[in-house]
Amino acid sequence: MITTLILVFIGLIVAPMAGGLIAGVDRRVTAWFQSRQGPPITQAFYDVAKLFGKEPMASNVWQIFCAYVYVIAAALSCVLFFLQTDLLLIFFVQAIGAVFLVIGAMSVPSPYSQVGAQRELIQILTYEPLLILVFVSLYLATGSFQVSDILAHEQPLLFKLPLMFIVLGYALTIKLRKSPFDFSTSHHAHQELVKGVLTEYSGPYLALIEVAHWYETVLVLGVCALFWSTSIPMMIVLLVVTYMAEIIIDNTMARMTWRWMLKYVWSVGLVLSVVNLIWLYAKI
Amino acid sequence: MHFDCGSCNGCDIEVLACLTPMYDIERFGIVNVGNPKHADILLVTGTVNHRNKKVLKNLYDQMPEPKAVIAIGACGTSGGVFREAYNVVGGVDKVIPVDVYVPGCPAKPEAIIDGVVLGLQKFAEKVEAAS
Repeated sequence: MITTLILVFIGLIVAPMAGGLIAGVDRRVTAWFQSRQGPPITQAFYDVAKLFGKEPMASNVWQIFCAYVYVIAAALSCVLFFLQTDLLLIFFVQAIGAVFLVIGAMSVPSPYSQVGAQRELIQILTYEPLLILVFVSLYLATGSFQVSDILAHEQPLLFKLPLMFIVLGYALTIKLRKSPFDFSTSHHAHQELVKGVLTEYSGPYLALIEVAHWYETVLVLGVCALFWSTSIPMMIVLLVVTYMAEIIIDNTMARMTWRWMLKYVWSVGLVLSVVNLIWLYAKI
Repeated sequence: MHFDCGSCNGCDIEVLACLTPMYDIERFGIVNVGNPKHADILLVTGTVNHRNKKVLKNLYDQMPEPKAVIAIGACGTSGGVFREAYNVVGGVDKVIPVDVYVPGCPAKPEAIIDGVVLGLQKFAEKVEAAS
């Protein structure tokens, strides 16, 4: 019981804190790449605190409702992950949040928000099958969808599923809104369709979405961590290397179109998945 | 957010220079956003004329409270050399309330950074007054 409460606490409070700090470190490292100094590491928290203090401005009630559903779904999927429950359940709860973000953006007449929402839908369409394939391969490698059973696996899964980790990397890049996949909305200040799917969210509702994004960052990085769950130091090394790779990709790639993303990510992702699964099958 | 309200681009280039590695205004947590609904501080360069005063007012109204406005350059603060022109309304403060005036033609990046940091203080005062 106590362990459950501690895990819920970690999922609910510590996870978004970690997500905000990761966002801060991300901005510092990006600034360092561009020979700038960059903002304080805790800048993301200042920004969210400021946004909560601003005037609530919404075009309609649907937007407010959708922002709340998005943050609740993101928090719930994160808590479920830390409670080590079923990966498929976590996946569908996370997907509900992602869809409600799009519905909120579609409920307003702004053309920027509309086009951003359409592109966000295409992004969801691109990464959701890949995430499912990653979860299915975790099941094939360990015989269970339960996070607790996957954690109990005695060998690092990275050796069994190296290509699936790359596939997960694509999903992570899309989920983190990194270049070349940042066309529905950008995580940085540079613009695309004003601010795409987030254009019409402002003040406290934007803050909710930012917090939901921290939860999702931690969730996807948590799934990455499953690939080396046997030793904590190696897990941290894997996560740091993965995130550094994300920042380098973000800083070296140009923004591409959704057509390119769909063609490239699906073809490469599906081929990598099939090759990895055949290899896994042949080894057994 | 930065709005070019009929500037000659001199001040605009100096505003953008603040974002470069040389001045790096992101040190203070400031980013140049393109969406008034996400903005806290509005930087306006250039004179206001009868065509763009509606746009300026519209952008200002779309920003959620609390907010601050910074008028940049001789034109933004007073209308500059174009003040007497038939199509010019004058400085930014003829249309919307201005919190900080940054003089210069064009305003130096250092002066703009000073102005923005002063604008942040005024913004913080407004936040305290509102809460």
